[in-house]
Amino acid sequence: MSNEATLHSHQHEVTHGTVAHDDHGNGHHEHHEDSFISKYVFSMDHKMIAKQFLITGIIWAIIGAAFSVIFRLQLAFPDTSFPFLETILGHWAKGGHITPEAYYALVTMHGTILVFFVLTAGLSGTFSNLLIPLQVGARDMASPFMNMLSYWFFFLASLVMVASLFVQTGPASGGWTAYPPLSALGDASIGSKIGMDLWLTSMALFVVSQLLGGLNYISTILNMRTKGMSMTKIPLTIWSFFFTAVLGVLSFPVLLSGFILLLFDRHAGTSFYLSELFVAGKALSNEGGSAILYQHLFWFLGHPEVYIIILPAMGMVSEVLAVNSRKPIFGYLAMVGSLFAIAILAFLVWAHHMFVTGLNPFLGAFFVLLTLLIAVPSAIKVFNWLTTIWKGNIRFTPAALFGIGFVSTFISGGLTGIWLGNSSIDIHLHDTYFVIAHFHIVMGVSAFFGMFAGIYHWYPKMYSRYMNNTLGYIHFWITLVGAYCIFWPMHYEGMAGMPRRYFDYSNWESFKQFVELNKFISIVVLIVFATQLLFVFNFFYSIFKGRKLTTTNPWNATTLEWTTPIHPGHGNWPGEIPEVHRWAYDYSKDGHDFIPQTVPVSPDESKH
Amino acid sequence: MDTAVTAKKKWWGGGYSPFNVSYGKLMMWYFLMSDAFTFGALLISYGTIRFMSTSWPDANDVFHAFPFMGHMNLPLVFVSLMTFILIMSSVTMVLAVHAGHTRDRNGVVKWLSWTIVGGAAFLACQAWEWTHLYHAGAWWGRNPFLNVDGTVASTNFTNFFFTITGFHGLHVTSGVVLNIVILANVLKGTYEQRGHYEMVEKVGLYWHFVDLVWVFVFTCFYLL
Repeated sequence: MSNEATLHSHQHEVTHGTVAHDDHGNGHHEHHEDSFISKYVFSMDHKMIAKQFLITGIIWAIIGAAFSVIFRLQLAFPDTSFPFLETILGHWAKGGHITPEAYYALVTMHGTILVFFVLTAGLSGTFSNLLIPLQVGARDMASPFMNMLSYWFFFLASLVMVASLFVQTGPASGGWTAYPPLSALGDASIGSKIGMDLWLTSMALFVVSQLLGGLNYISTILNMRTKGMSMTKIPLTIWSFFFTAVLGVLSFPVLLSGFILLLFDRHAGTSFYLSELFVAGKALSNEGGSAILYQHLFWFLGHPEVYIIILPAMGMVSEVLAVNSRKPIFGYLAMVGSLFAIAILAFLVWAHHMFVTGLNPFLGAFFVLLTLLIAVPSAIKVFNWLTTIWKGNIRFTPAALFGIGFVSTFISGGLTGIWLGNSSIDIHLHDTYFVIAHFHIVMGVSAFFGMFAGIYHWYPKMYSRYMNNTLGYIHFWITLVGAYCIFWPMHYEGMAGMPRRYFDYSNWESFKQFVELNKFISIVVLIVFATQLLFVFNFFYSIFKGRKLTTTNPWNATTLEWTTPIHPGHGNWPGEIPEVHRWAYDYSKDGHDFIPQTVPVSPDESKH
Repeated sequence: MDTAVTAKKKWWGGGYSPFNVSYGKLMMWYFLMSDAFTFGALLISYGTIRFMSTSWPDANDVFHAFPFMGHMNLPLVFVSLMTFILIMSSVTMVLAVHAGHTRDRNGVVKWLSWTIVGGAAFLACQAWEWTHLYHAGAWWGRNPFLNVDGTVASTNFTNFFFTITGFHGLHVTSGVVLNIVILANVLKGTYEQRGHYEMVEKVGLYWHFVDLVWVFVFTCFYLL
């Protein structure tokens, strides 16, 4: 008897039907009597939950982006009064000038909202939910109930975060990283009072939401693939969601631990992060703690977090580019391998955010090395995207354009990452606009481009209608050009030493040269923001009035989601779940434009 | 087509669970990994701060009381009892899971009940120890114990002690609650109807994990 046979001989075999919805023995897909509440509100259908994540994410994105518009107005026009600001912000913008406290609150909330609520929950929450069951061939997530809870915990986190915007002392304002001692001492800043507690509560709820979602994504991908869907036949989107979920499940708990200690420091008189401090001229009794400890805990999540943001975008762009170039993805296994390498390295580089905190330079050297190693899998992916579209029969749909835009911004932002990964250069550039430019291009803009590519591409699956193409093209070109106009000049400001997080630069002679440049950036911000509103209009308008889908497979794609009906019900496929016979990238093969995954391999077919 | 010729099953080929486990058990394993990182982060933080400190209180001087023994010096005896109780509750959990495999409902009821008793006893012991320390002047932000070298200790000794043992106690509490819920289901016959006792196995995984974490917490705070 072989080992494997011994291992499995005495166990009952867990097959798809029994695994899926199993335990309770009530195959509960077929008999849904949907009320409004169970269909649109407390829905357990992964497709509806995906839409809930997406629309909540869109609302958050508008809020977060509007905040950046307000603080960009301050940076560009520090002497101009904007009376409308007083109308919306009240005493936070007396006389039409925002106060320094308001500025820091806006910056902090902009970071928190965009990183966590939009690019984590809004991005992987939407597309992991939508695509995992559809592309692996499952009726729904492993646990639809936990999936629903995942959204509602996110919703609760959102409510608490929104509430924090309206408290008397304002929301958290110590930066999205919430470093102690500032964040630990309520007397140190008004943003460290109740706003900080609400911020921590909201984030704890967010971690729960991520955990519930992540566990579901992982077990659905591993356990519930349809017959024939081996791990090397799943589309790259699924691989990227898998690694994203693993990163989240392993890194968010560390953040939670860090927050627990921070809460104790705030309210129980402990000194985990506090030592030898003065606030307002008075010495505090705290002793023996370490503020750097928090930074380690924070960045142990914080760095994987940027891959949690970018990996789903990478996966979707791989899929969108292959479909729209009518070519197989170049180097499928190399793509999977580099995703894996990135996921591993994500956990080993966190201290490159801390080169100037007093970290031992000897330790820093290892983090430099490991950080620079990430360039290898990243470059493999970039070259594979380029070789995928190389000589392809490219259809320039808005999704494809955003996919190509993603590759562009990922290259431009990634290259500056190599600069910053070197501690010797980072010490000079740390906390300058160079860093702002780097991470906004490589994970902000890129992740948004991946998200837009995903939205335009899978919109027909979500709403059975198309989005308007013309508006899509306008959206793409203004956003691409605008993003470069906003962030490219910031490199120069940063190299000239212009620090981030400052409220007003007019006192520094050395930064006077950037007054006009800052105005330029802010004006572009206004234009790009307006263009995003155009996208939002397109999105909601098309839900009701968009061109109707007439075919199940509008892009002539190979993957399983396009084998479902135009209006898939809960359970996705009306009959049997299709069996899979080939990988997801048989485009332009043996004279066929594309061969769906469900078509059996014929004996005289060429090998790929 | 290869399906016809393969005698050996392709576990990763789709249509099956590659590990031959239900999604629920898989989720429990991944959740435990996640939770291990939570505890890992807390314990590593503790280690970091302790190594940064020049000196630290001696556990033998701090934990030497035993209920009803007055001022007798019994270092680590009480915590050894606590640990023994918790480990025994893991043993009874193993027996409960085993009884579940053989679908012996009475066995599951018996052993799961003992596990609940063990968990509750552990929590009671922890409550006694916390109360005792509290009356000795220890709490979050207050540390009456001197360093082993006689200098005044920072409060981080008690800060970490109460935070981490408290977090572990919270896990034990939720484990006991879960066990009670499952026991109620066993008594109702839910799993008999379902045809298997996998839920007992899942809470068993969680229970063993909580025990395992205690071994590390115990080592870090009482032995090192």
